[in-house]
Amino acid sequence: MKRFLLSPQPFEIAPLREQLLNAHAGAYASFEGWVRDHHGGRAVAGLRYESYAALADSEGERIVDEAIERFAIVDARCVHRVGDLAIGELAVWVGVSAAHRDAAFAACRFIIDETKGRVPIWKHERYADGEAGWLHPTPPEAS
Amino acid sequence: MSRLTVLYFASLRDAAGVASESVDADSGDLRGLYESLRERHGFVLPAQRLRVAVDGAFAHWDDAPRAGSEVAFIPPVSGG
Repeated sequence: MKRFLLSPQPFEIAPLREQLLNAHAGAYASFEGWVRDHHGGRAVAGLRYESYAALADSEGERIVDEAIERFAIVDARCVHRVGDLAIGELAVWVGVSAAHRDAAFAACRFIIDETKGRVPIWKHERYADGEAGWLHPTPPEAS
Repeated sequence: MSRLTVLYFASLRDAAGVASESVDADSGDLRGLYESLRERHGFVLPAQRLRVAVDGAFAHWDDAPRAGSEVAFIPPVSGG
């Protein structure tokens, strides 16, 4: 089963959460990333996400596999939007189930952090002043 | 001479004006291929800030270009 998905359309969280329900799990942690109206002190009007889908799929799946290997969790999912998004829209969702909360929180954070750092998805921001541009952040030093 | 397809994303695509193109690689490695395309299209990002993928999997800059393959230059990502 695929645990990481790119979604060209808005998606519902409830069915994803349901996939994580498990008698062995006593904890569920989730993260939602929303499109906000500012970045680096500039007013943002909206944005577009583009991906290299073939590689984003496999790298995203690898990240969730790594989370399952590294943390004492039962299961995890991650869905990332692509396409045009308005302010307030859900951009990315991570859900994790585990026997206990510590592992659920830790794995949830791991998945969103690794997704932001490794999955080939790019954000094109449109600013309120009419300018627009791609975000290519300087990656953190390799550890 | 290896004829292959290169894919551009985000700011690289904007600078190149195309999402992909067919090129003849006469360089010994993928780094050299990027440098020649950087010169042609005026890419701002140096190879050190990019990753490179071949046929849908991350590759190494020292790898030799293979005829018929699909090479993707991956600018710093900004999902999430």
